[in-house]
Amino acid sequence: MSGYEFFGDGARASFGGDEFVFVEVGVGMDLAQALRIQAITGELARRELPGVIDVAPANASYLVRADPDVLHPRELVRTLARLHARFGEAGSVALDTEIVEIPVWYADPATERTCLKFRDRHQSPEETDIAYTARVNGLASVADLVAAHSSAPFIVTFPCFKPGNTECVQLVPRERQIQVPKYLRPRTETPARAVAHGGAFTVVYPTAGVGGYQLLGRSPVPVADLAQRTPGFEKSKVLATISTLLRFRPVPGEEYAQLRTDSREGRYRYRRAPVRFALAEFLADPAGYPRTLEAALS
Amino acid sequence: MITVLAPGARTLVQDLGRDGQYAIGLPPSGALDQYSHRCANLLVGNHETAATLEITMTGPELHFAEPATVAVTGGEADVRIDGMPVPCWQTVFVDAGRVLRIGALRTGCHAYLAVRGGIATEPFLGSRSTYQSSAIGGHDGRALAAGDTLPVGDEPDEIRPGQGSSVDPRLRPALGGHQPLRFVEGLCRHRFTDESVHEFFSSTFAVSPESDRTGRRLIGPALRFVDREAPFGAGDNPSNVVDLGYPVGSVQVPNGEEAICLLRDAVTGGGYATIGTVVSSDLDVLAQLKAPDTVRFVPVSLDQAVTARRERRDRLKHVRRGLRLLSLY
Repeated sequence: MSGYEFFGDGARASFGGDEFVFVEVGVGMDLAQALRIQAITGELARRELPGVIDVAPANASYLVRADPDVLHPRELVRTLARLHARFGEAGSVALDTEIVEIPVWYADPATERTCLKFRDRHQSPEETDIAYTARVNGLASVADLVAAHSSAPFIVTFPCFKPGNTECVQLVPRERQIQVPKYLRPRTETPARAVAHGGAFTVVYPTAGVGGYQLLGRSPVPVADLAQRTPGFEKSKVLATISTLLRFRPVPGEEYAQLRTDSREGRYRYRRAPVRFALAEFLADPAGYPRTLEAALS
Repeated sequence: MITVLAPGARTLVQDLGRDGQYAIGLPPSGALDQYSHRCANLLVGNHETAATLEITMTGPELHFAEPATVAVTGGEADVRIDGMPVPCWQTVFVDAGRVLRIGALRTGCHAYLAVRGGIATEPFLGSRSTYQSSAIGGHDGRALAAGDTLPVGDEPDEIRPGQGSSVDPRLRPALGGHQPLRFVEGLCRHRFTDESVHEFFSSTFAVSPESDRTGRRLIGPALRFVDREAPFGAGDNPSNVVDLGYPVGSVQVPNGEEAICLLRDAVTGGGYATIGTVVSSDLDVLAQLKAPDTVRFVPVSLDQAVTARRERRDRLKHVRRGLRLLSLY
């Protein structure tokens, strides 16, 4: 009794108890696959089927929570199988989304202090997280890592962990993806707004707390405001959601301090613009196409 | 109004939970033992959606400025009003100016205190449930502290059960010992070897001492994973997967060493392989367990999981019917 049902495309569906349906589309991270998942779950969410409580897309899978007294999980799986057939190809996916700039003070003192405090949980205790990340990616220096990390925007493929936290993957060819293992054991502290990388994903920690990603720097501006008092959060409690493009812009310490003050005093305005992301165009020109998307910010 | 004189170990405002926020990474929260929470509300004539106080291990000391109707359900505790003992799982009237004190729990991990009218703190995204990690809901998003005051909501239009009304002991939940947890296989079950899955179902797991709202650690045999070449983005450890969503009740086994069953305040996703999910009604049972209690996982089909859910609802119907009958006399 393995409990799996396979869709025509090979996706593996199963029941998470009486309330959840889990669909694993693939076991590896793949951008085209992630966008196809966003198309399927986007359509499911738009239908607002009675009984559906949550539609939560992830990197290579998704989760749907439903009230089984209203919508039987088996009926839900049948609907999902039909959606998989309808969105068979990711190549034609085009997402109307937004690009948002997040300033980052890379190798800032706060995240450096934190990472030095937890060397006993790290695979390479002799160096900082950012130096380690540069080294394991074959980059000559921290400056090269910063250049690579800020050279092309990222796309959010999994909002999870805490409200406002978004796992995003960089829009570069796979051989240029920054990859790094997570901590051996998670830290018990992470500064709020820390920018970090683990696996092939970057995150911005919305609030202070535990964390296992390698610390690269810190943003002066928040990615979540659940009370919605900060300018930029009028429409949403979180800055980014599934499909949002994030561009990380390196800023020096002085500018970080200024932007932090501006943000705290309600004067900071996020640089953001609507964009349409077309997968086919990215795949045809992975180096050039993201630059045209960034142009929307200027 | 209720004034907190002493807060107890960890007392939180909770209701049925804040549903529908998985997509922004917000778990549902809400009472860990939903059945006991609902029973507490029924005993004071509240709608089941009213907020109660969830008490962990040791209860609070509360001053009531106005007369109130209260009930304590869940784990059994020493409950006193101005020093006079009162029973759990019963409707109790409290006169204005009295102090209600809930001592250490004798059974279970959590008790629920309902007050007629409900704890009327400000809802957030449609729920009063406290989620401490994001500091939202409940009283300022945190556990109660001495000196806090809690508003009580308006009189509900439902009949007020009389003093001494109680829930039939046969309809009260199990609160310890060795408990079977019905379990639906699936999720990343394919990452585990068949021998390990067999061992998972044939072993007894010990409940670890800490009682966290994010999950319960269950100590049992080490589990093994199917050999593989790590897929892109998954991570090197055999227990790693490309980060994915975690259902409430799902069981993960980081590094194959320790099973963790996620509860209502768990993170909504992460990178550990999950083997399946405890059915929702048995999460109430698990939430009440503590060391040295033990569990075993019993494989069930989806249909059996849905039936278990229906049975819990029927039990609540019996509780409601019983209280209505009592109120006729």
